[in-house]
Amino acid sequence: MDPFLTSRIMTDLLGGLTNGVVYGLVALSLVLVWRSTGILNFAQGAMPMVATYLGMGLLSYNLSYWPCVAVAIVAGFTIGGITERVLVRGLYGKPEINPIVVMVGFLIVLEAVAAAVWSTKPRGLPSPFSAIDWQIGGKPFGLSDFSVFEILTAIGVMAVIAALFRFTKLGLQLRASAIAPEVSRLLGVRVGRMLTLGWMLSTAVGTITTILVASNYFTGLTPQVMDGVFAFGFIAAAVGGLDSPVGSIVAGVSIGIILQFVGDYLNSNDIILTALLILVVSLMVRPNGLFTRSSARRV
Amino acid sequence: MITIENLTVSFGAVQALRDVTMQVETGKITAVLGANGAGKTTLLRTISGLKEPVQGSILLDGRPLVRERPENIARMGVGHVPEGRGVIGEFTVEENLRLGAMITKAPLNEGLDEQYRQFPVLGERRKQHAAKLSGGERQMLAMARALIARPTVLLLDEPSLGLAPIVTAQLMHTIHDLCSSRNLTVILVEQNASSALRIADHAVVLHLGTVVANDAASTVAADEKLRQYYLGMVE
Repeated sequence: MDPFLTSRIMTDLLGGLTNGVVYGLVALSLVLVWRSTGILNFAQGAMPMVATYLGMGLLSYNLSYWPCVAVAIVAGFTIGGITERVLVRGLYGKPEINPIVVMVGFLIVLEAVAAAVWSTKPRGLPSPFSAIDWQIGGKPFGLSDFSVFEILTAIGVMAVIAALFRFTKLGLQLRASAIAPEVSRLLGVRVGRMLTLGWMLSTAVGTITTILVASNYFTGLTPQVMDGVFAFGFIAAAVGGLDSPVGSIVAGVSIGIILQFVGDYLNSNDIILTALLILVVSLMVRPNGLFTRSSARRV
Repeated sequence: MITIENLTVSFGAVQALRDVTMQVETGKITAVLGANGAGKTTLLRTISGLKEPVQGSILLDGRPLVRERPENIARMGVGHVPEGRGVIGEFTVEENLRLGAMITKAPLNEGLDEQYRQFPVLGERRKQHAAKLSGGERQMLAMARALIARPTVLLLDEPSLGLAPIVTAQLMHTIHDLCSSRNLTVILVEQNASSALRIADHAVVLHLGTVVANDAASTVAADEKLRQYYLGMVE
């Protein structure tokens, strides 16, 4: 048995990877909205939180785990769609500060309403898989059934999104609407619907992420469940490039791993400081993100 | 047939089109000519729904187009190749064409083959990003992308812009052939009046948003005053 497998470095690497895919998913959901509508959705954590309460709340009515997950994802699609139609539609083409203010306000409202309806007390979600670390030669290995499930879910979501955008008619229309809305309309693409769909997809991805985060024994589901994760996901999106789905994932995983090492080898108080440092340095070196191809964006 | 009556379009206090009335015959090429700022592009953008008029009507075979959404007008059979061509540079040639074919029920492969036969260079470059094409090739792609949707009306905005004279001549020849072989109704907006008048059946001359001539292309081409004052065609 190779002792490296159960070493501190390997454990940190795998722990960081597990956290990182979650940050990557949050970043991906931000990128989906940014690419299609040019809006930075500060309520990207709160909208899926409501969907998760709605879906996973059905556990109390004796619905089993997976149907609850399905309901939560459908709720995510719905909340994303309604938000775009009702709240966001009027913000296109307005000064950049307008959507920021509106979405921050929406975040506060959603968290306050969730606290009023479901209380701020953490609600433990059952984990579908064991979160106990595997053992190799009697020593803990940095993965559990649940963390493997997290990683596979993230890979699955990314693969589905990539395939949708690359190989389907719908994906072609989504990409065209984001890049060239006017030309797309002249070709018969219903651009308004595509923008709505972008928000629906983004919130559904966010809901899957929220369920993963809230299923963690230490977190549970609270109205603020996504606040911390959103911050790291936001940094990953900015570092990777708001235009780049691949960049968001790579940056998310990298940040997850770096922060895990910082937390273990330095001090857990240094994690946020390091994350901010990564953000500042990357913005100074590559303000458009590490993976954004062009430096100019036509608006 | 497209019937335009008393069309007035404004940008704030500025009237880009004033009381424009004209008819576009089915299966014919109508050239819309005039200097910069005459209102040519605004006319096309209003027909395809990108700009809403202040007053007036546009009928396509009796169906009103004013206040319809651009995507619905495209689905009614109006193809619009905008100024600057509007090809999506981040997409490959084939992706641009697939996007154009979105609204037709005809099989995609059939449409692609047809366009590659019409424009062989696009077939050779089908996997290349459109950003890498030359100006002439982009114009062909923009036309092919509009044609693959099988429109009955084609609006072409300055297709010769930035093209070498020989490429422009080929392009005009292609437009003429397409019009006669498919019974396409074409509105051809051009600053290059002589090229456009060579293939057009009918011509409308705009000046500061108003119609100053509306006649057979040969008549307009022979009118010395129009040529000199509005079309900048000095012998």
